[in-house]
Amino acid sequence: MKRFMAFVKKEFLHIFRDYRTLIILFGIPAAQILIFGYAVRTDIKNASIAVLDNAHDEVSAELTLKLEASDFFTISNHLSSYDEIDVTFKQGKIKAVVIFPEKMAATLTREGSATVGIIADGSEPNAASLVTGYTTGILNDYSSGLTQHLTASLPVINPEVRMYFNPNLESHYMFVPGVITLILILISALMTSVAIVREKEFGTMEVLLVSPLRPWQIIIGKVAPYFFLSLVNVIVILLMAWYVFGLPVRGSIALLIAECMLYILLGLSIGILVSASVDKMENAIFISFMALMLPSLLLSGFIFPIENMPKVYDYVSMILPPRWFVEIIRAIMIKGAGFAYIWKETLILIIMTLFFIGLSAGKFKVRLGEGGR
Amino acid sequence: MTEIKKVIEVKGLVKRFGSFVANDHLTFDVYKGEIFGFLGANGAGKTTAIRILCGLSRPTSGTVTVAGIDAGRPEEIKKRIGYMSQRFSLYDDLTVNENIELYGGIYGMTMKEIRHRRAELLTRLSFSQYGDTLIGSLPLGLKQKLAFAVAVFHDPEIVFLDEPTSGVDPITRRQFWEMIYETASRGITVFVTTHYMDEAEYCDRVTIMSEGSIVALDSPAALRDRYNTATIEELFVKIARPKTETA
Repeated sequence: MKRFMAFVKKEFLHIFRDYRTLIILFGIPAAQILIFGYAVRTDIKNASIAVLDNAHDEVSAELTLKLEASDFFTISNHLSSYDEIDVTFKQGKIKAVVIFPEKMAATLTREGSATVGIIADGSEPNAASLVTGYTTGILNDYSSGLTQHLTASLPVINPEVRMYFNPNLESHYMFVPGVITLILILISALMTSVAIVREKEFGTMEVLLVSPLRPWQIIIGKVAPYFFLSLVNVIVILLMAWYVFGLPVRGSIALLIAECMLYILLGLSIGILVSASVDKMENAIFISFMALMLPSLLLSGFIFPIENMPKVYDYVSMILPPRWFVEIIRAIMIKGAGFAYIWKETLILIIMTLFFIGLSAGKFKVRLGEGGR
Repeated sequence: MTEIKKVIEVKGLVKRFGSFVANDHLTFDVYKGEIFGFLGANGAGKTTAIRILCGLSRPTSGTVTVAGIDAGRPEEIKKRIGYMSQRFSLYDDLTVNENIELYGGIYGMTMKEIRHRRAELLTRLSFSQYGDTLIGSLPLGLKQKLAFAVAVFHDPEIVFLDEPTSGVDPITRRQFWEMIYETASRGITVFVTTHYMDEAEYCDRVTIMSEGSIVALDSPAALRDRYNTATIEELFVKIARPKTETA
């Protein structure tokens, strides 16, 4: 154990001495979170909206008043026809249009429900989702007031939300989970594989193997510091997301950390496999980058929603760990889901981890034990 | 017969890689405190043999005992030997002190022991001012000497040097051999492979390998006499040339 600790200490020295890499590792997620945190305002104040009132009755009037009275909105345009919607949006003057249907009050009384259209400017996804969210809130607030009067069981005004310009608004929610996924793969797979291959390339691995350290101690000793580093990074990202971006972890933090540890372990086992397969650092970087980073970035649903991809890519993404991990942390962080909802994804990651550990253990035995003459 | 202790005993060592025989029935002993040279062209089987002796590889057949321990227990062997390869084996991004601490620690020495012996070592090498210097900023000659000092830092019974002086200038090579002599005089056996034939003359005994077999083994003087050559280099050219010109 003492031998092992001496070795682990050395690994930490390597990491802290190479402060440039360290800055990049902690700097990238920090910068991303900061940029997104500040560029994306999480509250809206006096956003300009337009109202297209086809009803001109007491309900639409009251709702218009409620919208105007809230701090969130300023009604800057009163439209008189659908044709004006496109023009107004293109002028960029408004964030959303609220459309009241014809004979709204009458429909509401007769059928017990009415549908209000909300069209938001999807070119600014964050603003759009906030505006529709607040509008929906006001409508629900109003209809629950009505519900009490009418003693009906359901909200009576159904908001029908549509996005203008960009129908896929989900992306910004993916941001923090995406950053975590990327950074973890970066540290655990790329950095460990490079760190191990560096020993092989410089010939120090030979000296370590001749030492009383067992091969597994060497491997564990090499990856342990990165495991630690990854965890610290996750916590830093979460704290920043919370303080700067206002994104809380809705589910269990312990579960989230546990899942992150599983994912780190998976990344490390991939990193070990890569390092067992190549002898040059460039190759390790290349493989990690091409086989892990790019697919994580492109196919995990982090940037491009999987639903929009051709079916083939959907299947391809299934063998990529990031896809499942993104789903897991999104479920925990944003939906507040418990383990019952993500056990399937977790099981997939566990199986992948065992598979890669087994594969790399076998490979390392062959390479180090009897390789070369 | 028992007054000289054998630290390495090899009998009928065979190592095969598929159909290729890298070591073909090697038999030799190495005695305590001697400088044992291992010569041979590239591909003659030197590295294979040294890997087996260091516990990195298992023999296909034959018995190998290193420091009194059978090759079947490499973990025990590894605690009793030191190793330095032709490739530089210290960490450039760690300081002299940190490198010594690392290797001392790996070989199970206590921090107190390490500090004490490190101070002694650095004084002996007149390296004291370099303690906190990164290895990477030292000249190659110094690094190489330090690498050797680190390889015997834990007082192993045997130290294996795999072409330790390749790429080093003549003056450093000279100093390096002085360190080897000094180490041997402390009772540490030195097992060294080299392709500098003049270095073979510095060894107590040399083994010449060719195509996986030992073709000669004796003291340099005895070998020169037997084959009637002026230098080991001449001798080497005479007997170690591959029979088939495939190499």
